[in-house]
Amino acid sequence: MYDFSPFIDSINSFFTSNFSPFWASVLLMLLLGIAILAFYAVLGLYLVYAERKICARMQNRIGPNRVGPLGLFQTIADLIKLLLKELIYIRNADGFLFNIAPFIVIVASIMAIGSIPFAKGLQAIDLNIGVLYILAISSMGVIGVLIAGWASNSKYSVIGAMRSGAQVISYELSVGLSLLCMIVFAGSMQLSDIITSQQDGWWLLKGHIPAFIAFVIYLIAGTAETNRGPFDLAEAESELTAGFHTEYSGIKFAFFFLAEYMNMFIIAAVATTIFLGGWLPFHIYNFTAFNNVMDYIPPVFWFFGKTAFIIYVMMWFKWTFPRLRIDQLLALEWKYLLPLNLLNLVLISFLTLMKWHF
Amino acid sequence: MTGPKIIFYILAFSTILFSLLSVFDRRILRAAIYLLFVLVAIAGLFYMMNFQFLAAVQLMLYAGGIVVLIIFSILLTSQINSKLDAPKLMQLLAASFTALFGIGISLYTILPYVFKPSAAPTLEVNMRNIGLQLLNTGEQGYVLPFEVISILLLAALVGIIFIAKRSRT
Repeated sequence: MYDFSPFIDSINSFFTSNFSPFWASVLLMLLLGIAILAFYAVLGLYLVYAERKICARMQNRIGPNRVGPLGLFQTIADLIKLLLKELIYIRNADGFLFNIAPFIVIVASIMAIGSIPFAKGLQAIDLNIGVLYILAISSMGVIGVLIAGWASNSKYSVIGAMRSGAQVISYELSVGLSLLCMIVFAGSMQLSDIITSQQDGWWLLKGHIPAFIAFVIYLIAGTAETNRGPFDLAEAESELTAGFHTEYSGIKFAFFFLAEYMNMFIIAAVATTIFLGGWLPFHIYNFTAFNNVMDYIPPVFWFFGKTAFIIYVMMWFKWTFPRLRIDQLLALEWKYLLPLNLLNLVLISFLTLMKWHF
Repeated sequence: MTGPKIIFYILAFSTILFSLLSVFDRRILRAAIYLLFVLVAIAGLFYMMNFQFLAAVQLMLYAGGIVVLIIFSILLTSQINSKLDAPKLMQLLAASFTALFGIGISLYTILPYVFKPSAAPTLEVNMRNIGLQLLNTGEQGYVLPFEVISILLLAALVGIIFIAKRSRT
């Protein structure tokens, strides 16, 4: 019903019929780039707003409420302020590396957004290695963080970057393994195939307890990979001022800030796609009337609804749990999550082999 | 000039440029970052040849794994102001002679070779096929090399743990 592919095809044929193939592809790339950038900026701003509101609610405050109705324009005002701020040049920093670090972080997260399916046909590129691509691209972001810490030539920054590096490298394993579990179920790495395989039920519901374990591990490891609380000891403000981005100001700081929120969105969107059926509506087996009503809700709403739920859970983590120490953090990953994950993978392979999942 | 050709030349040119920069820069972290750019450009070349899996592996293992390890060890061992010493004259001469000799041999073998465009249809590289091939015991199966490499890696891991444990006491 709500299929976007005719719409996308009509845009595509408009460009290919009116321009030469070379210019058509250049213009399409530009159009897509602008669309993704605009989406990135608007969503990033409203994630910051959501976080401030949710944090306020959990601490029994009101949160932003002065700029616009319900404070909706607060983050836009903040962005304008950040754009006008001076970019401070640090004399003893490595200028070249200092300047490219925010771009590496933000490019990695923009590229990952390109392969996320928002609705049927609404996906910039559907690679046949979709999940692997997202993992590979998001592993580039940590390089930006490490460079930022080192190039700032400040002790806070270097310690923050080291912590962040150690954390991201270790938790990447858990993210990868828990996604691998679900790839074993779905039998494909292509994101559109994974979604079609969930037409008769989401993997979280079809895959018994092992799928649920993989989901919980993915949420924990995903939160850790975005450097968010309770795993935010890379920028622990009470000990390290702001960690790896202590020395950054103005729009470069905003890049790191925005990238953190968008990485959270990417983690949530991947969880939605792989565990919760992506843009597919919620169906109950043999309950046709209910299923038909659910089908009337457009897939974009389903996708963003599920993603928003997971983002809410991740914000809930941040504002309720105390921060971990570095040794607790590494012990949690290497002593508990990793062995559990490997065991889970074997269990899931066995389930799939015996065809015991629904 | 078509689109893919332009992208190919951008990738090829940046591979060469950043390889040279990576060798000639005396600030060690910058050299590592130039190496990262070289690896990303090569992943782009793989992607252009439709080897999406190989491109992703290149990004994940080389850019996301090995370069991160290199950067990590630089962060632990060196300072922002430290530069590598300029090489001595004899070293410089010997190294440039070796490099020129290498370039000579490569050009001597590559230039006379006539490159023909492949007539074979482009292969759809399927993840399932890669997996089956990797763990196949039959003809053209890679299970033996796969297992031998795993044992090698396991031995290296055990060795590292042994060294790390001994130095603490």
